[in-house]
Amino acid sequence: MKPAPFAWHGPDSVAEAVAVLAEYGPDAKVLAGGQSLIPLLAMRIAAPDHLVDINRIAALDAVTVTAAGVTVGALARHTRVERDGAANAVQPLLTQALRLVAHPTIRNRGTTVGSLAHADPAGELTAVMALTGGTVTAASVRGERVIGAADFFRGPLESALAPDELAVRAFFPRMTAGGGTSFVEIARRHGDYALCGVGAIAELNDAGGLRALRCGYLSVSETPLVLDLTDAWTAGEQQAAELARAAVDPVTDIHASADYRRQLAAVLTIRAVRQAISAARRERLPREHSQEQL
Amino acid sequence: MSTPKNNSKDSTVSPAVIVVDGRESTYDVTLTVNGVHRTARVPARRTLSDFLRHDLRLTGTHVGCEHGVCGVCTVLLDGAPVRSCLTFAVSVDGHSVTTIEGMAGDPHDADGNAPALSAVQQAFRECHALQCGFCTPGFITTITAGLAQRPDPTRAEAVEMIAGNLCRCTGYQNIVDAVLRAAELTRERGES
Repeated sequence: MKPAPFAWHGPDSVAEAVAVLAEYGPDAKVLAGGQSLIPLLAMRIAAPDHLVDINRIAALDAVTVTAAGVTVGALARHTRVERDGAANAVQPLLTQALRLVAHPTIRNRGTTVGSLAHADPAGELTAVMALTGGTVTAASVRGERVIGAADFFRGPLESALAPDELAVRAFFPRMTAGGGTSFVEIARRHGDYALCGVGAIAELNDAGGLRALRCGYLSVSETPLVLDLTDAWTAGEQQAAELARAAVDPVTDIHASADYRRQLAAVLTIRAVRQAISAARRERLPREHSQEQL
Repeated sequence: MSTPKNNSKDSTVSPAVIVVDGRESTYDVTLTVNGVHRTARVPARRTLSDFLRHDLRLTGTHVGCEHGVCGVCTVLLDGAPVRSCLTFAVSVDGHSVTTIEGMAGDPHDADGNAPALSAVQQAFRECHALQCGFCTPGFITTITAGLAQRPDPTRAEAVEMIAGNLCRCTGYQNIVDAVLRAAELTRERGES
C-alpha cells in the first residue's frame, strides 16, 4: 500500500506547471488534493512516472463570484467552496452537492476542479457541472481553451483534457432568477459513493407554473446524464419518474443491482424535483407567504 | 515557503531519473509539528502519515486502511483535519501539523506533573469512548477541530462530526457521548 516511486515536480506558477506537462504529459499526473489520486497510487492502480504537484500555485486557490456565476480555481478545496456564502447565493447547487462529497475531512483537502478532472460518473461535482452547463478551462503551453460541460466528460474517469493540459478553473453559471435547486442521493453509508444521486433545477414562469425542469444523475451512467423533464413532470410526477427510470443505464455491482439503482433514479427524481420546485416558490413569493404548498 | 530541495547526488540529472545509484531522489521537508520545526529528508512518495511515524518517530498517529476510508490517520493541517495517509509530506512542506501528541498540555511542565488531558481526551476517559484505542487518535483530532467550529453540537451533529471515522470496538455511542461531554468540558474550562 505504498505508491511506486515517481519524479516530483512542485511548480510555483501555471506557466511552470504546463511547461512540465508539455515535457512529460503522457507519463505525468497532476496532483491537487489527491483524495482520489493518492488511493490509486497507494493501491498501484496508477503508477505515473511524474507527479506535477500544483499545491504551491497560490494563484489557483481562488473562488470568484460574479453576476454570471461562480469561478473555482484548481486549488480551491471543496470546503472553501462549500462555505462561500456568495457562491451559494448565486448557485445553491454547489453547496447542496458539496455537502454530500465524502466526509468533511476529505473535503478539507480535495479540490472541486480535481473532482471534475477525475471525471468519475459517481462524483457529485461532475453532475453539477453537467446540470448547470458550466465550463472547464484548460491551460497548456499552447494557451488556454474553454471546454463546455457536454464535451468535457468523455467516459468513466476520462475527461477531454489532453495529457499536456492543466484544468486551471471551472465555471458554474448562476441559478436563473426565480429558479430553485435540490441535490439528493442515497449511499449505503454516510459519505460513501452514492448508489444514485439526482440534482434538479426547476424554473417557474410568472404564473408560478413550471417553465423548465432539468435533472442531472450520478452513478447510473458512464458520463453525467442530464434529462429535460419539463413536459414529463407537467404530465405528472410518475411520468417523470418513469422517464428517468428508462433513461438511466446503471450497472450491477457489489453495492446495488442495476434494477435497484433504476428504482432509486425514479424515486429520487420525484424527491429532488419537489424540493427544487419548493425552493423556486420560496424564491418567488414574499417571505410571509413562503410556506411551501406542494 | 522554499521549494523542497532535491538531494539527488548528481544535480544535473534529469527529473525523469528518480533512482540514482539505487537510491530514490529525496527532498528536505520541514513542517511545524505540534509547534516544533521538524525536518527530514524523504522521497516524494512519503505520505504525511509515514513521515510522522517513520521519519519523526511520532507514532501516535495510526495508519489503518491507508486509502482514506478509516480516518485513524487524521491530523490537523493548519488547523483543519485531513487524512495524513492521503497527503504527501513534500506537498505540505512549510505548513503546520498538529498530531495526537500535540493535544494534551506540555509534558515537560516545571513541576514534573503529568500532562493535562485536553477536553476531548478527558471526555473520552470519562465516557469510556475507547476500547482497543487504535482509532482514538483520529477521533480526538477530528473532534477537536469539529468542536472548534461547532462548540455546541446537537447529538445528530455529533454523529455527523465523527461520521468519517471508523471504530470497530465501541459501537460509537460512547464516542458520541464524549463529543457532547467534551463540548461541556470546553465551556467549563473557558469559564473557570
